[in-house]
Amino acid sequence: MASYDSIIIGAGHNGLVCAAYLARSGQRVLVLEAADEPGGLGADREFHPGFHTPIAHSVSHFSQKIANDLKLTAHGLGAAKPVPTVGLNTTGAHIILQEGSLSGAGTDDTRAYREYSRLMLRFADVLKPFWQKTMPRIGMNNFSDLATFAHIGINLRRIGKKDMQEFLRVASLPVRDLMDEYFDNDILKTTLGWDGLIGAKLAPRSPNSAVLAMLYRLAGESRGAHTIPVGGVNGLIDALSKSAMASGAEIRCSAEVGHILIDGNADGLTAKGVRLANGDTVTADRVISAADPQRTFLDLVGVEYLDIGFTNRIRRLRCDGYVAKLHLALDSAPEFEGLQQANGRMIIAPDLDAIEFAFDHSKYGECPDSPVMEIVVPSINEPSVAPDGKHVLSAHVMYVPYQLKGGWNPTARDRVCERTIDTIARYAPGIREQIVHQEFLTPADLERQYRVTGGHWHHTEFAMDQMLMMRPTYEAAQYRTPIPGLFLCAAGCHPGGDITGQAGHNAAHEILR
Amino acid sequence: MNETDPYAGERLKKSPFYLRQEVLNIRNAWAAWNGYKFAEYYYDTEYEYFCVRNTCGTYDICPMQKYEIQGRDAEVMLNRMVTRDVTKIGLNRVAYCVWCTDDGRMIDDGTIFKLASDKFMLTCGSPCTAWLEKSAFGFADVTVTDVTDEIAALSLQGPTSCAVLKKMGLDGIDTAKPFDIMHFPFHGDTLMVSRTGFSGDLGYELWISPTVALDLWDQLYDAGENFGIQPYGEAATNMTRLEAAFIMPFMEFNEALRTVNFEHDQTPFELNLGWLVDFDKPHFSGRRALLEEQKRGPKYTLTKLDIEGNKPAEGSYIYKDKRCTREIGYVTSAMWSPSVKANIALAMIKTEHLEGELWAEIYYEKELRQYNRVVRCTRKQKPFWAPARARATPPPDF
Repeated sequence: MASYDSIIIGAGHNGLVCAAYLARSGQRVLVLEAADEPGGLGADREFHPGFHTPIAHSVSHFSQKIANDLKLTAHGLGAAKPVPTVGLNTTGAHIILQEGSLSGAGTDDTRAYREYSRLMLRFADVLKPFWQKTMPRIGMNNFSDLATFAHIGINLRRIGKKDMQEFLRVASLPVRDLMDEYFDNDILKTTLGWDGLIGAKLAPRSPNSAVLAMLYRLAGESRGAHTIPVGGVNGLIDALSKSAMASGAEIRCSAEVGHILIDGNADGLTAKGVRLANGDTVTADRVISAADPQRTFLDLVGVEYLDIGFTNRIRRLRCDGYVAKLHLALDSAPEFEGLQQANGRMIIAPDLDAIEFAFDHSKYGECPDSPVMEIVVPSINEPSVAPDGKHVLSAHVMYVPYQLKGGWNPTARDRVCERTIDTIARYAPGIREQIVHQEFLTPADLERQYRVTGGHWHHTEFAMDQMLMMRPTYEAAQYRTPIPGLFLCAAGCHPGGDITGQAGHNAAHEILR
Repeated sequence: MNETDPYAGERLKKSPFYLRQEVLNIRNAWAAWNGYKFAEYYYDTEYEYFCVRNTCGTYDICPMQKYEIQGRDAEVMLNRMVTRDVTKIGLNRVAYCVWCTDDGRMIDDGTIFKLASDKFMLTCGSPCTAWLEKSAFGFADVTVTDVTDEIAALSLQGPTSCAVLKKMGLDGIDTAKPFDIMHFPFHGDTLMVSRTGFSGDLGYELWISPTVALDLWDQLYDAGENFGIQPYGEAATNMTRLEAAFIMPFMEFNEALRTVNFEHDQTPFELNLGWLVDFDKPHFSGRRALLEEQKRGPKYTLTKLDIEGNKPAEGSYIYKDKRCTREIGYVTSAMWSPSVKANIALAMIKTEHLEGELWAEIYYEKELRQYNRVVRCTRKQKPFWAPARARATPPPDF
């Protein structure tokens, strides 16, 4: 008899959510994590003694249903208030979005924002059932699949002809077209457009999925506003781990999986367990991978167990990350020109062209001259992440290519790090003098340290051809894979990346069906 | 580039045997195959056909695609690509194989030569580089090299073929069993001989470096002088292979990667090649789809037909009744077989109707007037032409 009902590879938040649901249903669950603590990209990182931040520094749309189901509050998750989103301006004329209201823009923009937000939230609601369900498999017309389609159809009909037409028009619009249509203020445009672009190989002028990505993020309870949970993102990870363990799941850290064991005989293939990097084997009735699809199939399974067409679709997934991470340990609170407190999610992108130019460099394997970024100072909301009176600044720096022309080396990394700090200094002039320690992680560093292909946050590009029933690719888009007993449960699956727990939830639901 | 010829890059390549074939191609009947200048026939199709059936003939297979697959993972890679169990191919043995898409639709057929535990040669009718590259992706140690232009290959088919090779001095060639490979020293090089072919009769395929290709031709033709050796082209090949009931790309099957319309390609089961699909193998590309196909049964089945009368049923529809009210299939290849003395055809017929009556509606022309007739077809289980000598070892001397 196998030692476990389910082995989950990777204790990222999706792995933990999936583990918690399966354990609650009575399964014997083992979560194997290569790092020495759970969390994946949400795990705590002490980048300088006493200074902590995870890679993913805020939470945008973690599912309330999951929080309730898994009793996360009882397991220590504190109530987190949404933080404002701030579009920084060197002049101090910032744009501030908080609890659905806009300040800092002109009268016309403020009026336009009301209509924009009404429409976007409406559209986000249309798509909501998509994110929460297993996607229908094309050609399989069973009742629940048809019901999912019907649900979307009904939602679309309900918003009325005019809005429906508008929805179809804007769904694949470039961010720039959408923003130019509504607003004049450059900072407002970049701030609103940011959530369509973050983590993707897309810029304001790219058509494809930016608007869909925005709608995905607006569908959450906080309507697009980010939160920093009590205890930071790690507070959420802690609560998830505790919930999973309370239900009987075992979480084993420092246990890197080397291979997924595939059993083959005249009946075909089945996943029967894993072999750890240290040579130990653990058997289970099923293996659920929270690793990214390329890592799962190409490295952990091996192509010899996969069909050739399928393998090549996995191979062709776009997994190059474009987000680098800057961590600054500061000896005092950073002071941004014209901002009382740096307690929000701050975006540095003077106009849409600045984003586009930064992207242009990265397309050709170069680093941007003037990086654009999103900054959070987690220590303001959660002082425990830094020593008394000290602060942590965490920045997602966009359009730093995974594949740098000529390859990554310390000099190249230092250069883009300094450029990033220079850029921040234009908004917070005293920042350089406050730095106690700095750390810059390129996508290549993230890949190596966090075992995620391309250092890609979302495991693979969140783009129309890799979404919904094509995520990561057909035949693996319903959390099941072509190999019986092998499942996927993380960002490389529908609905996609960000700390939502949705993929882990949907996978568990599918496994228990 | 040749500056005096603006079309140099577009011109057909000449096979290493071209210089001899050019002389013999009395009718200048050239066609093209994979970019090579290639004989449709040399003098007369029927004449060449009768040589293959009664004495022997040579058929230039230089244009056939040849790939060398080498490395520690070569066997695993091929075993996952083709439906047959490659681990069962012995050293210096050849196996006929097919490979399919994930959906179990046939991409191509070909032969795999096992030359060493880590070295194979794959031959097939159409270029397969892209699929091989995809198939090799992800394996640590396997290289795929297109050696089409590096190997000159000549097929020698017919009842006197073994005698010719013996006369040429290939001692022991008569001990080669069907699908065996033997090697012989030849002009400082190595001549590889496989007992394989596309005629359904006794025959061999000769593989040699292009540098000594003409020497091989000359020695073969010297040895074959009193054994009726003649070159034959594509047209005669098509006759012999139809008698042997071998399938031909773009006649019996459409390569799946080149097919646009849904299921206008075929599965191995539809082509009667289920025997090549080894479900004892835990995995190969297309296995899941083919297993379902096997359970469900193929939509069509390639069927050997003996047709009344003597008018070839080319392009005919097959009907369930003489009144032609219910169409159930179509003829893929048809001819009057001079050796079998029968009007033969291969046809794709809807599997569910195989057991009932089969009628072919044949259109034919007589002195510029069109006629048609509806005639009864009888299913044949065995190839139309399968002489015992094709399988006998040693083969009988002629």
